[in-house]
Amino acid sequence: MENQSCVNIQTEWDIVAARQLGRNVAKELGFGIVDQARITTAISELARNIFIYANKGRVCIEKIYDKGHAGLRIVAIDNGPGINDIRLAMEDGYSTSGGLGAGLPGVKRLMDEFDIVSSKGKGTEIVATKWIR
Amino acid sequence: MRIPILKLYDCLLVSIQWELDDQTALQFQEDLLHKIHEIGASGVVIDITSIDFIDSFIAKVLGDVISMSKLMGAKVVITGIQPAVAITLIELGISLNDVMTSLDLEKGLEKLQQELGE
Repeated sequence: MENQSCVNIQTEWDIVAARQLGRNVAKELGFGIVDQARITTAISELARNIFIYANKGRVCIEKIYDKGHAGLRIVAIDNGPGINDIRLAMEDGYSTSGGLGAGLPGVKRLMDEFDIVSSKGKGTEIVATKWIR
Repeated sequence: MRIPILKLYDCLLVSIQWELDDQTALQFQEDLLHKIHEIGASGVVIDITSIDFIDSFIAKVLGDVISMSKLMGAKVVITGIQPAVAITLIELGISLNDVMTSLDLEKGLEKLQQELGE
């Protein structure tokens, strides 16, 4: 699908590649500077989560259109250990890795839509969307 | 690539000019502390005018290096935080409390002089 590009996340350099891809797509779509920063930051958090918790996975950036509105969708997928308690993971300041614990709740605030599906031992899929206002 | 750290009297001046990857950020943390030790710096200005986003990892590295510098007796001022960076940092949930900041390099150096003069 030509509206979607993906970056495999295996090393920390792939985190940089994923957010650069996202920023370029956001620019192309016509997002303003602040939204570009929101999208870039969100991708960076999601890609780093994959790298830290699942070792590897994939981040896909998709251009989407709905009723004349354009948007950008981030899909972050891994086959890692899954998230034990999603409610806890969505709480500010909660981290199992010694990070700032800003990741998931932060991404939810930065984006317009946020969905997470995770099953223990199988992996995690996060879909986050930002619409052009 | 390493971030250059310049000596200015008893202070250090850093201008981060490109997007930080994890390794560069961690290397910078170490380099700055060694440089503080080497020249006996009492103040540091880190200008991030060219940075257009900060994620939680970079924020943690920056926050940590400021605390570490403080332990060594050096005060740090961050300058040039762009509007988009300020907005995303707060939305992300990172407030960088207790960090001295100034609008630009000039005001940052003034602030540092005042702090060190007291």
